[in-house]
Amino acid sequence: MTAEATNYPSTWRRPPQVFTTRTTRYALYGGIVLYLILASLSIDVDWQRVYIGLERGQRFVMGFLQPDFTSRWNEIVRGLTESLTMTLTSTVVGVLISVPIGIGAARNLVPAPVYYVCRSIIAVSRALQEIIIAIFLVAMFGFGPFAGFLTLSFATIGFLAKLLADDIEEIDARQAEAIRSTGASWFQLVNYAVQPQVMPRLIGLSLYRLDINFRESSVIGIVGAGGIGATLNTAIDRYEYDDAGAILLIISGFVLIAEYGSSTIRKYLQ
Amino acid sequence: MSEISHYSELWTHRTPKSRLLRWTGWVALVALFIWCWQLMTANTIWYFVTDAPRQAADIGSRMFPPSLAYIPELMVPLWDTINIATLGTVGGVVMAVPVAFLAARNTTPSATFLRPVALFIIVASRSINALIWALLLVAIIGPGLLAGIVAIALRSIGFIGKLLYEAIEEIDHRQVEAVSAIGASGAQILSFGIVPQITPAFWSISIFRWDINIRESTILGLVGAGGIGLKLQASLNTLAWSQVTTILILILGTVIVSEWVSSKVRRAII
Repeated sequence: MTAEATNYPSTWRRPPQVFTTRTTRYALYGGIVLYLILASLSIDVDWQRVYIGLERGQRFVMGFLQPDFTSRWNEIVRGLTESLTMTLTSTVVGVLISVPIGIGAARNLVPAPVYYVCRSIIAVSRALQEIIIAIFLVAMFGFGPFAGFLTLSFATIGFLAKLLADDIEEIDARQAEAIRSTGASWFQLVNYAVQPQVMPRLIGLSLYRLDINFRESSVIGIVGAGGIGATLNTAIDRYEYDDAGAILLIISGFVLIAEYGSSTIRKYLQ
Repeated sequence: MSEISHYSELWTHRTPKSRLLRWTGWVALVALFIWCWQLMTANTIWYFVTDAPRQAADIGSRMFPPSLAYIPELMVPLWDTINIATLGTVGGVVMAVPVAFLAARNTTPSATFLRPVALFIIVASRSINALIWALLLVAIIGPGLLAGIVAIALRSIGFIGKLLYEAIEEIDHRQVEAVSAIGASGAQILSFGIVPQITPAFWSISIFRWDINIRESTILGLVGAGGIGLKLQASLNTLAWSQVTTILILILGTVIVSEWVSSKVRRAII
């Protein structure tokens, strides 16, 4: 016994955490290296262009350090107004539409056919990116914030209805049972057993979505759906980097305010 | 006994005062909504909006059937898109790890100077959307994959950095203490006390971000940053709607596969 004890290694090596067999580990490393080589080969960089661009990059950094808020102030204000109004209206409309869809997508409240219809609406809305929806809606409804409003409302449905439905499915079933045993109708059940349990979270999620919608509203302008993104796109196309710097600072500022505002209110509510 | 008469015969959930407050809040929200709606739609051309169903039917009829002959041409852009997402994630992770260690309260070398800098990097990266990063980088380093990769990487820093530094702050301090108690140096504490604890979170965050990056990289081409979005832009510009359908189906498939991979891997890790 004592003889065996002396055979223990005198140094300690950390045991592998994820892949315990050596061959799989080496195969994985080999695969990663091979992929990185293949992927790097597909990048085609024109260093001449990058070199020319560096001067532009420098101008952009200068523009960022000395942002020009004044010369295009009117357009910035218009873009920001469009973004903010779009954010609010689309969140309100999106929430109003997603509440019935969310209830319909909760397995414990509705029969199977309604459940599948509502879940597929949610799936479609979640699968497509805002910007792709925006492209289509701009083609249908014309340029401007109205298309943006529709885009964000549609995207809100996928987000909010899914989270609301998941939340309803996880409610305390005993409270619903108690209300049901008093002879309540389906609407009374939703109003007295479900609504009090999910309302704080619904308000929290709506505020969170308000924050997301503002971020998105600054992007969908690139494809013509109005808002501050359109102003930014114009500024960059005209190589006016001091204006672009100013717009980016404004967007970042508003995003920060929206994020901290919404997270503070959510903490206060819960 | 006479006090009883003060109470209402009917049970109500809230006091009259709080009900009044709530109603005022809701009315204010409705008023705000109407005001925003009017501001937003001030310049809307309603003819285009009423015309939308006809436009939708027109586009819809042009979109079907999807042009299957276009698929082989899309394989290289799809490969590029996956490369943008993967290399961008790798780049983002490489830059985010040091930032996360500087930002975490328990590992930062200087809480007064370096921590605010790291937090600022995280916030700046998070507040600007990948598409806007790409817009800037295309202007600076020219159109192509590199702009897309750098845009994805810069955008990922904030996300990975934030989640990782929160994971670092939540580690079990007793393990760190145990390692330091046997006389480990700073680097050894990091390597044996902290890193093993955050490894699962690190992989889970990276793969989650990779999944998001696949989604985002499909549209970066809209502003010229390479990948399948470039083909989408080209098809949209030439009004080749049947090709647009093919691209959208391909994007949808890629997103679903990446989501499936990411959820499988994350479940295996945690």
